[in-house]
Amino acid sequence: MDPTLLAQEVTAAGGVLSLSWLVIALPLLGAAVLLLGGRRTDHWGHLLGVATPALAFLLAAVQFFALLGRDAEQRAVSTQLFSWVPVGGFDVDVGLLLDPLSMCFVLLITGVGSLIHLYSIGYMEHDPQRRRFFGYLNLFVAAMLLLVLADNYLVLYVGWEGVGLASYLLIGFWQYKPTAATAAKKAFVVNRVGDFGMSLAIMLMFATFGATSFAAVFAGAEQASETTLSVLGLLLLLAACGKSAQFPLQSWLLDAMEGPTPVSALIHAATMVTAGVYLVVRSNAIFDAAPVAQVAVVAVGAVTLLFGAVIGCAKDDIKKALAGSTMSQIGYMMLAAGLGPAGYAFAIFHLLTHGFFKAGLFLGAGSVMHGMHDEVNMRRYGGLRAAMGITYATFILGYLAIIGVFPFAGFWSKDKIIEAAFAENTVTGIVALLGAGITAFYMTRVILMTFFGERRWAEGVHPHESPLSMTVPLMALGGLSVVGGALAWNDGIVRWLEPVVGHEEHELFLPVWAFSLMTLVVVGAGVLLAFRQYGRRRVPAYAPAASPLTVAARQDLYGDAFNEAVFMRPGGRLTRALGFFDVRGIDGAVNGVAALVGAGSGRVRRLQTGFVRSYALSMLGGAVLIVAALLLVRL
Amino acid sequence: MNPANYVYLSALLFTIGAAGVLLRRNAIVVFMCIELMLNATNLAFVAFARMNGNLDGQIIAFFVMVVAAAEVVIGLAIIVTIFRTRRSASVDDASLLKY
Repeated sequence: MDPTLLAQEVTAAGGVLSLSWLVIALPLLGAAVLLLGGRRTDHWGHLLGVATPALAFLLAAVQFFALLGRDAEQRAVSTQLFSWVPVGGFDVDVGLLLDPLSMCFVLLITGVGSLIHLYSIGYMEHDPQRRRFFGYLNLFVAAMLLLVLADNYLVLYVGWEGVGLASYLLIGFWQYKPTAATAAKKAFVVNRVGDFGMSLAIMLMFATFGATSFAAVFAGAEQASETTLSVLGLLLLLAACGKSAQFPLQSWLLDAMEGPTPVSALIHAATMVTAGVYLVVRSNAIFDAAPVAQVAVVAVGAVTLLFGAVIGCAKDDIKKALAGSTMSQIGYMMLAAGLGPAGYAFAIFHLLTHGFFKAGLFLGAGSVMHGMHDEVNMRRYGGLRAAMGITYATFILGYLAIIGVFPFAGFWSKDKIIEAAFAENTVTGIVALLGAGITAFYMTRVILMTFFGERRWAEGVHPHESPLSMTVPLMALGGLSVVGGALAWNDGIVRWLEPVVGHEEHELFLPVWAFSLMTLVVVGAGVLLAFRQYGRRRVPAYAPAASPLTVAARQDLYGDAFNEAVFMRPGGRLTRALGFFDVRGIDGAVNGVAALVGAGSGRVRRLQTGFVRSYALSMLGGAVLIVAALLLVRL
Repeated sequence: MNPANYVYLSALLFTIGAAGVLLRRNAIVVFMCIELMLNATNLAFVAFARMNGNLDGQIIAFFVMVVAAAEVVIGLAIIVTIFRTRRSASVDDASLLKY
């Protein structure tokens, strides 16, 4: 275990740092007012909805500077709110832990969240249910903040389920669309599989350590057996896979794009889907002592990285292409998180920069859809750069950031992960490098099909630039995509996170610039390939026949087909078999007994003839029998 | 005289009564046979009291007489009612209460 971990001491909060509860309470209050206030809040509801996360962001920023002013070892402060479950030896307090790791998340959630709230004012302007939308968004922000600020796993779980609920409500926001309603249900069900892992992990923690607080669990992890920690790590990984749409629980994320675009940007790109990465990084004490679980995390990350990237290459729906990209980028983070102290900080670094540029890209896609009458098919776009200049410019900034062009944010964060992956072993390194190339390919494809080439617009579509409330967040996120790399300036983020997650330098067999060069070459190759495919040739209006891999990627690499064949159909057969057994077996036995008794009594009642003398005869016979029996017994 | 003879007589009377109940159709005759069986048991009780030299059997005989008197009142009333409604005193005719 890294000695730096022990150096961090948790101190009681004072001053502005004790106001962490207010950061959660503000958006929660907003959600309560908007959802309970009903129609009378329609006129000003969206303003309140924007104000609460913005205020929370300001408060978090003040807290950030307060933390920054402290010594590195003094930066973890806890606030005990109240005792929640005091049952005999089991005692759960609701407490908040503000340390460098949760601070990063709080700033990301409230900061990017505020921008997306602002954007939603314009995007949802014509939706009669806009107030409800803002209520749900506020609810999500509150739950997500609770998730990252909790100081024990049980409170974390409350936030975990809260974001799941908010995600469900927002994916199915347009519930009159059957696809949206189904997608919401699918997301919820798939997430339950992950939540199952989470609840088992918490139970195992309680059984092993007798507590669920981070401090107690991490302290107990030093003595616990490696088997226990491996099981715990794998269960936490299952939970992370569900929430972060990692293989094999990735299938819900692509369908989740049925929700309004700001939701895709906030929940399914920038924040909620990173909760799995947070969980793994937060539980670093467990994973560091469980190499098996770490290998599993790396494997899941590497597989998802390629999986999502390949899907992203084949989708014509702009949001689904970006969703595939999200899966892939979170795969990067998981991979880094699985590398141990060498990778935790880089996972969080990539998570933050990804939060900036992917939110920007999604909002850009939303802006394009806004101008194109909610058209999502990129084959119906083309040549939009003239029609929507600001969207185009900010989208390009996000694009350069995500493919990792020097000196944009993604270059710094992705490069670090690729280096760390190569330091771990060559295979993961090559996967990470390959992923960078595919990322460049599909993002170039999106750019070329959307903003360049000939105009393939449908009849009667007149693209226009979005209102200022939408373009201002785009500009802000575009700017962050450019300068986000500064977080790593002078190893800032690594040193910032070191008290929480530790750090160790990886050893490389080549100088750092060689890896950067290699990455840039691969990225360049991906861009060129995409340009040759989509820049030079005409883009057909309908998806052409293609190689088996492309066809598979269009079908989400048969993820749904697999789930259907392996889980859904046998499950359906099992329920039918159980139903048959219930009707024929259990009901059959009950009905059979009843029929037997009925038929038997039908026969027996024939004895009731109504003739008094036959009754008298049977009485006499009975008396004779009793007397005979008595005599027999006496003998 | 040997008291056992009273018991034999009692058994004989009881058998005659039982046979009458089972074989005769006329309700009045059936009723009389029931009385015969009751009195046969009374005779047996009294004989046993004599044989055992105590009064238990005689007391029970009084009880049986009281019960029999009450029974006669009700039984005859029922028979008369049945006869009034169906113009028949045959026990086999009153067989509606059946399956």
